Amino acid sequence: MFVRLVYESFRRQKRRKLLATVAITLGVGVATAMIAVATDIGDKINRELRTYGANLLVTPQEDTLDLEIGGVNLKPPSDGAYLNEADLPRIRGTFWHHNIVGFSPMLPVTVAVGGTDGPKVGLLGTYFSKKLTFGKDDFITGVRITHPWWKVQGAWPDDESSDVLVGEDLARGLDLRPGTQVELAGQPHRISGLLSTGSTEDHEVVAPLSVAQQILGKPGAVRRLYVSAMTKPEDALARRDPKSMSGEMFDRWYCSPYVQSIAYQLQEAIPHSHAEQIRQVAQNEGTVLSRIQGLMLLVTLAALFASALAVSAAMATTVFERRAEVGLMKALGASHVAVATLFFTEATLLALIGGAAGFGAGAWLARQIGKSIFDSQIVIEPVLFPFVLGIAVLVTFAGSVAAIRRAVKFDPVFALRGDA
Amino acid sequence: MSIVSNTNIARRRAQARHTSMFLRMLWRAAILRRGRAASALVAMAVAAAVATAMLNLYVDVQAKLRKEFRNYGANLVVVGKSGTLDTDAMRTVQSALAGKGLAVPFAYVVARTPDGQSVVVAGTDLSLARKLDSWWSVSSWPSASGEALIGVRAASVVSPQPGDFGLSFQGKTVRLQPAGTLRTGAAEDSRVYLSLNDFEAWTGVQPSTIEIAASGSPEEVAAFSRELQQQLPDADVRPVRQIMEGEARVLGKTRATLLAAATLIILTSALCVLATLMGWVFDRRRDFAIMKALGASERLISGFFAAEALAMGAFGALVGFAAGVGVATWIGRVNFHAPVVPRFSVLPVVLLGSMAVALLSSVLPISLLRRVEPAMILRGE
Repeated sequence: MFVRLVYESFRRQKRRKLLATVAITLGVGVATAMIAVATDIGDKINRELRTYGANLLVTPQEDTLDLEIGGVNLKPPSDGAYLNEADLPRIRGTFWHHNIVGFSPMLPVTVAVGGTDGPKVGLLGTYFSKKLTFGKDDFITGVRITHPWWKVQGAWPDDESSDVLVGEDLARGLDLRPGTQVELAGQPHRISGLLSTGSTEDHEVVAPLSVAQQILGKPGAVRRLYVSAMTKPEDALARRDPKSMSGEMFDRWYCSPYVQSIAYQLQEAIPHSHAEQIRQVAQNEGTVLSRIQGLMLLVTLAALFASALAVSAAMATTVFERRAEVGLMKALGASHVAVATLFFTEATLLALIGGAAGFGAGAWLARQIGKSIFDSQIVIEPVLFPFVLGIAVLVTFAGSVAAIRRAVKFDPVFALRGDA
Repeated sequence: MSIVSNTNIARRRAQARHTSMFLRMLWRAAILRRGRAASALVAMAVAAAVATAMLNLYVDVQAKLRKEFRNYGANLVVVGKSGTLDTDAMRTVQSALAGKGLAVPFAYVVARTPDGQSVVVAGTDLSLARKLDSWWSVSSWPSASGEALIGVRAASVVSPQPGDFGLSFQGKTVRLQPAGTLRTGAAEDSRVYLSLNDFEAWTGVQPSTIEIAASGSPEEVAAFSRELQQQLPDADVRPVRQIMEGEARVLGKTRATLLAAATLIILTSALCVLATLMGWVFDRRRDFAIMKALGASERLISGFFAAEALAMGAFGALVGFAAGVGVATWIGRVNFHAPVVPRFSVLPVVLLGSMAVALLSSVLPISLLRRVEPAMILRGE
């Protein structure tokens, strides 16, 4: 009898039930989309913040002092210690290798342009987008990933070739054009493009790492290594000295993607190295990231509130419209409990249908937002599904409760006569 | 003459009675159905509050985040073409900036330690540098003349022992007191920093670089950079592209996400208001039928319900605006540690939007009811 009542109620009041379902679907959809966006925005903004370039610098442990003024290093290129290029792919073997977006080795040397008595300019050896292998893992890294603000007019050189990029200011001064040959340290090199960085590289030649190593006469030598990693904002644990930590705390520190622990792991992976966070980038991205995450969290709360309100309002209206029905049931001898159970069962059914549809709609909405704003997918955890359904049922109940109580308390005589 | 004025007075009196009756109907409707009217009003106010808060945040978030981005330091660098800047370059920059940013001069030389090692020594206005480069991790800032800030990597080279140390430049030697160490993870770690006065007294070298953190939108900064270049023909004014591009990207994406969120939230709450108000109007079909049965014209009835909806929309919007500004201020304080400034430009948008939604939700059910005979409604069918 009870099942029949519920069934008939759904069969006969299609329009009203549809309206309530639409309201629930909409509310749950918006809530799902906002939760998905808020949980994923940290990762998305973290990727955008990588535009600021590397946040970690790895140098040889026993290095002499740098003599750098305005981005130009006055230290003789042969002075000091080097890292070994063969060690670099081991970065891929560190615990947080998924968070390491890319790395670029740098080897600055000085060369004479156009004959041995030509003007001396700086030449920077690096990876552009180099294919490397670690174990069975193939990956691509280089300045195109770690220095996204570098712009090339022409084409990027191939890492295996001896082609070079010439800084735009230097090219203007020496009248060099893309596609032509230039003599560097007695060897001819093809200019594949002109480089513009807004910084010292505009006055330099940038070449594949092997070219710089050949000029220096030190195969495998790397002066510095820039690493771009996605990190977690710093907190009290991150700032502690790992040497003073207990075993369990050290494990927790080691397994969090703090910039400090990633630096520690880079030092472990590359022998005789010293890794340091570039504080200008690393410190500030932490603040920016936590601000944006906090903002989205609060906005999501507002969204949840608004959708809860919408669902409650819709439910209250549908229950209120059925006072006459309640009156009839009560006149025929139904108890308060029976009437309330009927309404709550209906509400649960509506919430489950609307919630499921809303979850689908929300997932689609989140994906659209991700695609149009961040050019990447926003993935919705399936774990969210029961959670969202639970919220939908809860909010629908909360919305109906006041209206049901009023409907049940109402005198059947007045309800049936239509005196509201 | 008197007859004309009499009819005029009568007409005016009738009109006045008409208006007062209309107002009385509106008033009694609000009083008699307090519960339902209040719930509709609450829905209206909450929706307006949420809309106000979202719009306010959307307008203000750019300024708030820009302030955070200025912590990345200089976005413009002025470098002398010949290696040094004119002595009044700093004054030119200051007057061009007119307080909308920070400019810090830097001078550099390569000095030698007593055992012949080279080290870069920089002279700057330390109190300004501290403001510009907030990420510098410094154990203790120099406070007196003759004190130096030593980069962590330079420390072992220039002052291996505690106490004062010597540095020489072009035959002139100076004794300095180490005040603290500096850690940045970049080139600064290998340098020694002095106050500009100490530096100039010792080396006689003028600043060669001015680092500027100019505030404002990318267009404003670009315009400022062009203007500065014209005023300083002997210098190169370069934007720090790394900083400018990163800021533009992150800001753009954050605003776009916030806009999407605001649109969704405002739509949801508008629909909620629509549903509630429509239910409220539909519920009063008996009033509608009685008015019609008593001979009220359809125009009058529509006008009555429309006026009621507009009044409710306006009142709800005003209450909601106040609440929404409160919410936005709270979010600003919690998240950015600075209140979001109330934007009164948002008020007309919220007011008109609320009134439009309210009007729509009363006109729709009326046009449905218009077709039904009053007798049918009164009989309860």
